[in-house]
Amino acid sequence: MTTPVISFQDYGFQYTAQAEPTLHHINLDIYPGEKVLIAGTSGSGKSTIGNCINGLIPFAYSGKSTGRLFIDGKAAEESSIFELSHVVGTVLQDTDGQFIGLTVGEDIAFAPENDCVPQEEMKRLVGQVAGLVDIEDHLEYAPHELSGGQKQRVSLAGVMVEEVKVLLFDEPLANLDPAAGRTTIELIDMVQERTKAAVLIIEHRLEDVLWSKMDRIVLMHEGGIVADMPTSRLLSGNLLLEHGIREPLYLTALRYAGVEIREDLHPEHVDSLQLKPEDKEQVRRWYHTQRVGIRQRQHGQELLRVRDLQFGYTPDTCTLQDVNFTIYKGEMVSIVGRNGAGKSTLAKLICGFEQPVSGSISMEGRDLCGDTIKERAAYIGYVMQNPNQMISKPMIWDEVEMALVQSGMPKEERTRRVEETLKICGLYPFRNWPVSALSFGQKKRVTIASILVQRPQIIILDEPTAGQDYHHYTEIMDFLKELNEKGYTIVMITHDMHLMLEYTRRAIVFSDGRMLADTTAAHVLNNPELVREANLKETSLYPLSLACGIEEPQVFTECFIDYEQKEVR
Amino acid sequence: MAKVAILSYIKRKSPVHELTGTTKLIFFIAWSVSAMVTYDTRVLLCMLVLSVLIFKISKIRIRDISIVLGLAAVFLLLNNLLVYLFAPEYGVELYESRTVLITIAGPYTVTLQQLFYHFNMTLKVFCVVPVALLFIACTDPSEFAASLASIGVSYRIGYSVSLALRYIPDVQREYHNISQAQQARGIDLSGKDKLLTRMKNSVAILLPLILSSLNRIETISNAMELRGFGKNRKRTWYARRKMRRNDWLAIGFVTAVLLIGLVVTFWDGSRYYNPFI
Amino acid sequence: MKKLSVKTVVAIGIGAALFFVLGKVSIPTPVPNTYISLQYAVQAVFATLFGPIAGLLIGFIGHTLLDATSFGPWWSWIIASAFAGLVIGIVTMKLDINEGIDTKKIVHFNVAQVIAHLLSWGLVAPCLDIVIYSEPLEKLFAQGLMAGVSNILTTGIVGSLLLVAYAKTVVKKGSLSKEN
Repeated sequence: MTTPVISFQDYGFQYTAQAEPTLHHINLDIYPGEKVLIAGTSGSGKSTIGNCINGLIPFAYSGKSTGRLFIDGKAAEESSIFELSHVVGTVLQDTDGQFIGLTVGEDIAFAPENDCVPQEEMKRLVGQVAGLVDIEDHLEYAPHELSGGQKQRVSLAGVMVEEVKVLLFDEPLANLDPAAGRTTIELIDMVQERTKAAVLIIEHRLEDVLWSKMDRIVLMHEGGIVADMPTSRLLSGNLLLEHGIREPLYLTALRYAGVEIREDLHPEHVDSLQLKPEDKEQVRRWYHTQRVGIRQRQHGQELLRVRDLQFGYTPDTCTLQDVNFTIYKGEMVSIVGRNGAGKSTLAKLICGFEQPVSGSISMEGRDLCGDTIKERAAYIGYVMQNPNQMISKPMIWDEVEMALVQSGMPKEERTRRVEETLKICGLYPFRNWPVSALSFGQKKRVTIASILVQRPQIIILDEPTAGQDYHHYTEIMDFLKELNEKGYTIVMITHDMHLMLEYTRRAIVFSDGRMLADTTAAHVLNNPELVREANLKETSLYPLSLACGIEEPQVFTECFIDYEQKEVR
Repeated sequence: MAKVAILSYIKRKSPVHELTGTTKLIFFIAWSVSAMVTYDTRVLLCMLVLSVLIFKISKIRIRDISIVLGLAAVFLLLNNLLVYLFAPEYGVELYESRTVLITIAGPYTVTLQQLFYHFNMTLKVFCVVPVALLFIACTDPSEFAASLASIGVSYRIGYSVSLALRYIPDVQREYHNISQAQQARGIDLSGKDKLLTRMKNSVAILLPLILSSLNRIETISNAMELRGFGKNRKRTWYARRKMRRNDWLAIGFVTAVLLIGLVVTFWDGSRYYNPFI
Repeated sequence: MKKLSVKTVVAIGIGAALFFVLGKVSIPTPVPNTYISLQYAVQAVFATLFGPIAGLLIGFIGHTLLDATSFGPWWSWIIASAFAGLVIGIVTMKLDINEGIDTKKIVHFNVAQVIAHLLSWGLVAPCLDIVIYSEPLEKLFAQGLMAGVSNILTTGIVGSLLLVAYAKTVVKKGSLSKEN
């Protein structure tokens, strides 16, 4: 076998500021041309491994390392971050942070600029690489004129321009909608084939990465490697679930149906599955026993009604048109669509941040038109995607109390309300803690608490779980479900199909500022036409049910969700 | 999101647009310096006429910059008013003569000298405005950093400018989003609260903004480091353009204006042109 | 001069962007045509965190962009803004906010910003205005005083609050325990 391009030998690392090592006893070899997925929950050390490879450790983050690490045959501690940048190209999670140039062309040229490549040579190089990732028609574009997927292409081009031997992707899918995520994975695949570079993807969204074939999966847990094996073998066991990583949906469904996942099923992709006739029979049997029990729900009272809504940021653009829907009391609804479909704008209109051109928004039959942002906040709470953008006090108690202080409520009343809210949100034991001591999921709770304290009847959350691993995702969503069961009406804006499917019965689908559908979540994802039009992605339950000869994939999906809610939780 | 009305690069085809960023930067600096140094009415008038001519060539329309011109006018008016309120006899001192036109009240009289002083001061600002506007409106921001580097500014500082231009829209959007979310919680900066309360409230918007900016700084500097920024003592620029004949002509022209301006101004040993003696 | 680190380069860029964006936000005061300039509070915080060169360039770049997109650059005030950042950065050089904050440090920060703004608006700006624009002394010092006092107040209140809040967010987890 050839020599590995990256080789960890009993490697360990401890950040200066931390008491415990973040990595210990890592033994890992990556060979040229391999495609490897590094999976693990947040805090498992998977990003730290990435930083060791690209040189941010120790050049940007200091600490103590043990054991040895060779990159391209050279000991890592002997090469500089600049030398490493010629071997390893890194695409970061935050596409806006990585896009440093004022235009696409400049950004791709950033590395050659630093290498003092002459201009003509640089232009040729940029043109060539841009062609490879299919962005050559946008060289003059500024970052804010591009979609998330396009920015991702630029980031990729910007590291490929160096002809690196290793392409490292740190959570490349975190900020992308499903369709863009799929395109990115296909693009990575294509680039790998052309350049023959080794590809390392650090990601916890397993199913999305496995859309294209990976040679191996390295599973990390608490700073060590717990598994390093071919995809099919890892998927066959229980290791993923035991370490907080969600396995692909079609495999979960097979397990529910009582089918054992074996390597010979070829479980690495839903299209590669080779189910035996008796396996299919098993799935069908499960389906028929389940479909009897599907519950139907009744509508509650009308709460929020949006009628004929029309909006544009400038007089001649139309960001939203002909929006009509009603939210009923006690519901948990998803508003889905790709990035830029108008979902967030809708939320801003409902909260009064922007004023509609025409149409009305009413709450329990009362038109909200004349109400200010502050007045609406008494009925409608809005939680931003990133809790760090909302939290404005260092201490939890102060943060939750803020809106009440602003409204001039007397002290005792305030204390009572804050205590009550903190108890609802499970934050009461932490009430005197600084916000900075909390995890991301807990911070999210704090922002929700700071909204709940105003006692709104409906809460709108923008991408409540963006960028979270399965553990935090479940933590946040179970909390929201709990709130919903306590009677709060919850509307979620999301492009996460799992979230929509698992937690909300109903989904309102947007595309290009128009409402495409208002139906059940299962229906949305089993309707290929709708999926395509809204740039979403069908779940793997759809092909699975077809493969098993089930004629109503939608009902199959509903059975799955129902089973999950009844039996698993 | 409502865009704040600011002046930005306007892409058109004109001889001014075709000049390199470096030329325009040198032109702008030299022009500003001459206008700052001289107080000679003849020089200032010539410069004003020339700057209006250049403006014509640039194909930028008055409509494109009307807001900016309006702001400049208001600013100048206020400035003139303030100067007059504080020192109604300043022109008299400067030009060492006194020709009273109107007497208003108390110390406030209108003298020909004071008027002439105001005229000069206004002229001084106004002959730079078109060139400054042109510099902003006709220079591709991508060229800024390269231009700064080519007149000898360290490329690191040049890149800071480039980063500022790159991230202004992002920071603006973020500020807007944060302030909307905080308004829903009762934080309102334009409201009728007391000044001190408003200042304290502004922290509720600024703190998240700063913390997320610090995160952003970390990400960007990592991204830049990973792509070799700061590796060499020099770097090349993708967006730099070659100097052509017109560039050298423009630089020659502005140098001539600067020199002639200086000579004319200081010929008689004073910065001011004094028609009263 | 020592080479600027990449982090400082980025901090200058983002700091200048913040300076610009906040400069466009006008918070009216009771005095007509006077606004609270929040950008100086942020500049002071960045100067304290990233040093004098960052403070200087944030003021210079930010203010130039601000002026250039409104009515053409007014160099004397641009230089004064830059100077304020420089002085704050120099005086707070030994102040490590990441290690926590106490009253002594807040006083230190405020001494720095008061000196900086007094010098900038009481001396640098008016002197340059006299040299460049030959405006009357009385007007310039009155104007400088107004700007100086307003900036000192804004930086003193908003800047100090920001620093305290920042210091609290970087505090280590330490010995926190749940309460019932």
